[in-house]
Amino acid sequence: MIGRDILGIEDLTRAEIELILETAERMQEIGTREVKKVPTLRGRTLINLFFEPSTRTQTSFEIAGKRLAADVVNFSVGSSSVTKRETLLDTAKTLDAMDPDCVIVRHKVAGVPHRLAAVLGAPVINAGDGAHEHPSQALLDLLTVKEQKGRIEGLTVTIVGDIAHSRVARSNIYAFSKLGAEVRVAGPPTMLPVGIESLGVKSYTNLREAIEGADVVMALRIQMERLEGACFPSVREYAATFGLDRKKLRYAKEDAIVMHPGPVNRGVELSHELADHRPSVILDQVRNGVALRMALLYLVAGRRRKSGGEESRAASVAGEA
Amino acid sequence: MTRILVRGGRLLDPSQERDGAFDVLFEAGRVVAVGEKLSAEGAEVFEANGAWVAPGFVDLHAHLRAPGQEYKEDLSSGGAAAVAGGFTQVACMANTSPTNDDPSVTKYILDRAEKESAAKIRPIAAATRGLEGQVMTEMIALREAGAVAFSDDGATIMDAGVMRRVLEYSTLVGVPVIVHAEDCHLRGHGVVHEGAVATKLGLPGNPAMAEEIMVARDVQLAGWTGAHLHVAHVSTAGAVETIRRAREAGVKVTAEVTPHHLTLTDAATLGFDTSTRVAPPLRSREHVEALRRGLVEGVIDAIATDHAPHATYEKEVEFTEAPPGMIGLETALAVCLELVREGVLSPLELVRRLSTNPARIFGLEGGSLAVGSPADLVVIDPDRAWTYDPGRGYSKSRNSPWADRAMTGRVLATFVDGRLVYNLQRGVNAE
Repeated sequence: MIGRDILGIEDLTRAEIELILETAERMQEIGTREVKKVPTLRGRTLINLFFEPSTRTQTSFEIAGKRLAADVVNFSVGSSSVTKRETLLDTAKTLDAMDPDCVIVRHKVAGVPHRLAAVLGAPVINAGDGAHEHPSQALLDLLTVKEQKGRIEGLTVTIVGDIAHSRVARSNIYAFSKLGAEVRVAGPPTMLPVGIESLGVKSYTNLREAIEGADVVMALRIQMERLEGACFPSVREYAATFGLDRKKLRYAKEDAIVMHPGPVNRGVELSHELADHRPSVILDQVRNGVALRMALLYLVAGRRRKSGGEESRAASVAGEA
Repeated sequence: MTRILVRGGRLLDPSQERDGAFDVLFEAGRVVAVGEKLSAEGAEVFEANGAWVAPGFVDLHAHLRAPGQEYKEDLSSGGAAAVAGGFTQVACMANTSPTNDDPSVTKYILDRAEKESAAKIRPIAAATRGLEGQVMTEMIALREAGAVAFSDDGATIMDAGVMRRVLEYSTLVGVPVIVHAEDCHLRGHGVVHEGAVATKLGLPGNPAMAEEIMVARDVQLAGWTGAHLHVAHVSTAGAVETIRRAREAGVKVTAEVTPHHLTLTDAATLGFDTSTRVAPPLRSREHVEALRRGLVEGVIDAIATDHAPHATYEKEVEFTEAPPGMIGLETALAVCLELVREGVLSPLELVRRLSTNPARIFGLEGGSLAVGSPADLVVIDPDRAWTYDPGRGYSKSRNSPWADRAMTGRVLATFVDGRLVYNLQRGVNAE
């Protein structure tokens, strides 16, 4: 996968996903050492290009890069290129001229990493684009479920909340489906996007039916400021209907685990009890995030650099196959 | 004035229901004879060699950007793009800077066009001042200055009371009011058709209902006021049905559809190419099928380009920030010929929708090669293969999803008022 862009789970094959997970499992051990650093990416430059602030994801990528001995540069820019009178492609070409070995991109608008990848010589990792994809999150979720359950195949995974505006939901739908799990989504109809079933999931507006027999229940963060009054009448009503607590979780399997991409609004998506205690595995997700991102960086930015634009990328992908 | 004989072509003239081997003779800018094997005596001969010969196309919907945004397009480049695409008349929208909401602006556009444009320019004036949807424009004075229709286009008049008054008052002038039918509240921030593709892309959806609800409102208002409503760029199955029923009920409503809504689906946006961002958005397959049926059955009268030039740098931004629109004057014919090749329309029926019908709807002279008509004529090779390179085209802008694509069918020559203004070898002649 050297030189390969990681833009979304949709583009990855099952074999590629499994390779990433196996690599991440090997990386986990590095985080337990006294000196948490290996020289794998020494002399390589990684750029964290965040158009939208995200302390958690940015820090996770930064730590992952540093544990592999890469030089990590954080390049934070305003949220929209239009306000700066600079086009996205201007930004991409400027960065490209600095010869990075990998560019990690976060943007509030879907598709931005794809447009940048078309211009950048270095591989691009999508760290979340609008409501489109967040591949490293879905991969770390897979890693966590595999760690907890020993498998993905045959599990039932229910994703609850604002499916319409969630990149985490889309990436996880692809990720768990590709590895053989049954994926369900649940939320009020105002948060279920049109045609979501075309992604191969069952959708529910009744939480109890949605989590009946589930092995994994994943709650999504609600953007309260933006959505209250628009997609649900009040936080109180949302929490009462779609918020998870120990009582509602009884409909799921007895050994079901609870996940959340963080940060949790306690008492909204999850009761404080579930947020802070088993069966939630939120901190395992965060811990696995570092190992998973180390694996991604190693796989796409290890060994040699991609030398040019699209043609050479195509050539290097073809060359691997 | 020279006599020119266009000889040996396949004449496609829907106004005379003619499809066959006829020659066309014109003199002093008018057609003087149409018939089999006309004498070439005293005339210059243009050999059509079996190519199609049709009345020049009439575009009811283009953004030529002048005055005010000449970096995107002007009347010279837009006029050249038009004749290179076979269009001899182009109606241009009022969202210029300043807005074409005053007779002085209408006259300015016509004066500039007279000097600069190879095609005839027909200004559409704003329906309300500043396109603000509040105070109606001086329709009588604008009409006298040369406006052929009224529209706020993309700034849809949301206040039904204002729309009612605009439609009522337009009956004094007797020209159509054009609606870009889109309820802006239902659209919200939507940039792609609401459906499976939007969900997959994670881009905000613009539901078909945003168009359908507004078409339903405006045909009701048109029926009530007796005005002529023209629905711009119909893009949904529901809108086609509403127009069909209104027409059956006697409402004076006409409609146009764009080449892109007839041939592309929302799947074209899957790579996040901002040239596919248009308003209304590209729809799903079932809507495209309904548009084609509506076009065949005559519910939709005309094909119009909605040629909307934008500079490259304006489109090289986030999908949601990119201004909507694509250029279309130079590709419309080749794109629409897909419909002929797929058996949706005969060549004659295609010409009817590109030329005869649009001229009739707006009450323009043209759209016909009957004796006495203006000698606006296009010669077409429907099978000519070429690659569209917007960098070498006449428009100043390049925002086209057909850029670098293989096309079939091309304009060989265009005459306006009997003058050869374009041919494929020499290009648009500056004179």
